[in-house]
Amino acid sequence: MKTQRFIPFFLLALVLAGLQFLTQITDTSYYLTQMTMTAYYSLVIIGLCLVMGYAGQISLGHAGFFAIGGYTSAVLTTYNLIHLLEKGNSFVLFLAGKGLLVNGENLYGESLLYVTPWLACILALVLTALIAFLIGIPVLKLKGHYLAMATMGFGIIIYRVVLAWEIMGEADGISDVPGFTLMPGITVNGDFSNRIQNYYIACTILLVAFILLQNLIHSRVGRALRAIHGSEEAADAMGVNTARYKLYTFVLSAVFAALAGIFLTHYNGGIGPSEAGIMKSVRYVAIVAIGGMASMWGTLIMASVLNFLSLRGLFGSYDDAVFGVILIIIMLFAPDGILRLHIWQRFKKFKTGK
Amino acid sequence: MTSELFLQYLFAGITYGSIYAIVAIGFNIIYNTTGIINFAQGEFVMLGGMLSISLHTFLPLPLAIAIAVIITMIIGALIEIIFIRWLESPSVLRMIIITIGISILIREAALHVWGEGVRSLPYFNGNEISSIRILSTNVSPQVLWVIGVCAVIVVLLSLFFKFTSLGQEMRACSSNRLAATLCGINTKNMVTLSFMLSAAIGALAGCVVSPITYTQYDSGTGLAIKGFTVAVLGGLGNSMAAVSAGLLLGIIEAFSIDIVPLAFQDAISISILLIILFVRPHGLFGSKEAAGLKEF
Amino acid sequence: MKRFFLSTVTILSLWALALVALPGSLQAKEIKVGAILAETGGASFLGGPEGRTIRMLVDKINADGGINGDTIKLIIKDSGANPEKAISFAKQLIEEENVLAILGPSTSGETMKIKQICEQGKTILLSCAAAEVIVDPVAQYVFKTPQKDSFAVKKIYMEMNKLGISKIAVLAGNTGFGKAGKGQLVKIAPEFGIEVVATEVYDKKATDLSAVIAKIKANKDIQAVVNWSIVPAQAIVAKNIRQAGWDVPIFQSHGFGNIKYVEAAGAAAEGIIFPCGRLLVADSLPDSNPQKTVLMQYKHDYETKFSETASTFGGHGYDAIMILTEAIKAAGSTEMEKVRSAIENLQGFVGTGGVFNFTPADHNGLDMDSFAMMTVKDGKFVLYEN
Repeated sequence: MKTQRFIPFFLLALVLAGLQFLTQITDTSYYLTQMTMTAYYSLVIIGLCLVMGYAGQISLGHAGFFAIGGYTSAVLTTYNLIHLLEKGNSFVLFLAGKGLLVNGENLYGESLLYVTPWLACILALVLTALIAFLIGIPVLKLKGHYLAMATMGFGIIIYRVVLAWEIMGEADGISDVPGFTLMPGITVNGDFSNRIQNYYIACTILLVAFILLQNLIHSRVGRALRAIHGSEEAADAMGVNTARYKLYTFVLSAVFAALAGIFLTHYNGGIGPSEAGIMKSVRYVAIVAIGGMASMWGTLIMASVLNFLSLRGLFGSYDDAVFGVILIIIMLFAPDGILRLHIWQRFKKFKTGK
Repeated sequence: MTSELFLQYLFAGITYGSIYAIVAIGFNIIYNTTGIINFAQGEFVMLGGMLSISLHTFLPLPLAIAIAVIITMIIGALIEIIFIRWLESPSVLRMIIITIGISILIREAALHVWGEGVRSLPYFNGNEISSIRILSTNVSPQVLWVIGVCAVIVVLLSLFFKFTSLGQEMRACSSNRLAATLCGINTKNMVTLSFMLSAAIGALAGCVVSPITYTQYDSGTGLAIKGFTVAVLGGLGNSMAAVSAGLLLGIIEAFSIDIVPLAFQDAISISILLIILFVRPHGLFGSKEAAGLKEF
Repeated sequence: MKRFFLSTVTILSLWALALVALPGSLQAKEIKVGAILAETGGASFLGGPEGRTIRMLVDKINADGGINGDTIKLIIKDSGANPEKAISFAKQLIEEENVLAILGPSTSGETMKIKQICEQGKTILLSCAAAEVIVDPVAQYVFKTPQKDSFAVKKIYMEMNKLGISKIAVLAGNTGFGKAGKGQLVKIAPEFGIEVVATEVYDKKATDLSAVIAKIKANKDIQAVVNWSIVPAQAIVAKNIRQAGWDVPIFQSHGFGNIKYVEAAGAAAEGIIFPCGRLLVADSLPDSNPQKTVLMQYKHDYETKFSETASTFGGHGYDAIMILTEAIKAAGSTEMEKVRSAIENLQGFVGTGGVFNFTPADHNGLDMDSFAMMTVKDGKFVLYEN
């Protein structure tokens, strides 16, 4: 039973590897660039799926968490400490002594000294978790449209802050973010030569997160969450600590979003305020809905396909329009996601001969 | 702060507030009959503005506005009939996502019809630089138009919902749809009617604010976000409350400028709103019992 | 389990479909030129005219037999002003399409994100965004067509010195253009003995700004307002200043070079002083002006084709594609390295933004004379005479 549960994940890993192999033999490995970016966006979306589909709480502010992660990491790793070191700043010396600083050189031969991305990454995740926790306590007490408004309000605040704060680069965002060396020889960056490696890094993170979520859903926590989704009052009466479960899933999904933000920022070498925008959050929510709300697999598939095609620029100026059409069609005709469309059921019935 | 500056901030706040309020009222009407928030409400505002601007090139202003309002009303009805009417007991979240999709489609259509340029209606009275002197500060006459139209809409709506049988039927749908059906009310028609009504109000708002804010294919989104915020803050379903909440938000925004840079204005005002919401989870003027009865 | 099997099949078939359906790199014997423009989204007022201009010119060049007999194949990607899309598209254009050059992006934020990518991918980038950081420090493959912000700032300050203005307020839009301009205004002010007393940044989707105008107006020291922005909302600033009954001189930037903004500001636009490329006043230029024929031609072509008034924004697109064309002609080849060095050595090219003289150290190629001070009179742009 235990091993059987892992077969789907094993197959998913095979599919992901198979895709890379497919691009290799068709000599189209440039597709991996967009596939890597897609994997990170999918990470945000499956995290949101946990909150929306399983705990039943809408969040119109998830782009905010993505931005907190990405921006924190970007700011810390682009701030050049070399002048502080030359001046003998004791804190910088302390960091240097602990091996927490990295030397580098920019495009124009200027030497750089910045905080190691590892430290930046950990700080960004802790910060996100803390913010999600603090904001989650009051916000998750709200219901319905009030919850939607509060989460959207949170998203707007983050967007406004990154757009107005000089450290965050205002409208330009932050450029020239260095790569993230996970271990010697393995670096998250956008170099053309590093593409295959980065694809596997992204897929591994996505896969691990996905397995984690699937296990969570099928555990005691998952059952509690579904009870909350069904009826919060009933769950409460049965002794489920609804507030705590809601808060934990909210924080977990925020951390997922931040993680995606951090890695994508290092991969892209920069981040801009549009990543924190409301339309981005709306898009995440819409993709979860298209995927069928409480369907991790559906969400994963729709997230990868839609993001990939959008990042390829396949629809040109009609990108948003196509997205809108897909959204409406699926919501009208297959509100539980395409994986649960009646056609599939008929297909299944046909196969089993009923 | 001098009294002159105080008054200027106050009037600026009232200007913002009345723009938000007039958009928020449209949200409330559909919410009242269906229990959903129509995220395409901002697009009605944009359509009203754009249509009236196009019509005004060959029609006098009042006629252009009237026709624009009627066309938007028809569009509102069509949206309801095509996308919503035939759904069997759809979940509220599904309706929200559908309206988001509709808003994207209207926006994209507007981009391809009108292009990306910015347009505006002429000022109803005077021009861009004329202003009326009130209590030692200057106010554009258009602001008075916005406030006036907003007030008239609120009064007419409350009369309509209280005293006409149609309005009462719509309210019945809102409080209990099944019971309303049993009383012989055609609830589906009531929903269509509410879409038409809120489209008309949105379009009228779009015409009145257009000289101040300008109209662009995507100008509906920003207004809708503010309108939604205000509608929720006031307590959903209550148009009077929306006006008060709108004015409150506008005045907070205007006065916040005195202390923090304008760039952080939204962050500050929304933070204050969130705090209010945490203290009063059902909006400033909403009742807890009423909110408890509505599903999400 | 079956559902899982179905999902696998779905993923695989969708991917396979995507891989097959998307166009790969096939064609040869034509010059591939990419463009990343914000034709939709928050910067569409820039990307729109740029895209229309570039398409129009490429059609014209190809109809006239191409460059040295080769036709141009234009690939326009609409980024919607999203940096992540610009990054994705830049990589696509460089690696898959092997384009000779990328035109755009429309905003400085996007340009800065792909500056390094183009440099690493050794592909020419002709940006249509204004910020000075794009070409300072100089990157080998990165050029830009709009005039430098610092020149515009100096032009404005020179005018202020003449008028005896020394204390100013700066209002900027929250776009890359506004940010860069605000930075230059504050930086250069001391050189001209000018003090920036107040700075405020307003949202690109602002609906009314009377509160912030009230705040600035309350400071009696302020002798002039610089409204530096490229977004439509800049017209609201002018309107609100005049509505408040404040008769202060208003200076704006070259981001005002679009007649639609004048129409939006109406009577409030009268008397606004701003530096801009000469496209706006092409009709009234003397025939001796070297730019006259180019400007009249572009204006005529654009306006007859799209029935809207030409703006300097579209002009940036004109300059980008024409500089590339000139460089290819001069290099007599479509080899990347030769074309790149041809751009770097292009001298005396007459564009809409001015007369371009590139050098290895100057990847913008325009000087201060590319700007002329203008003002608005009776709803039209005219040269400013003092």
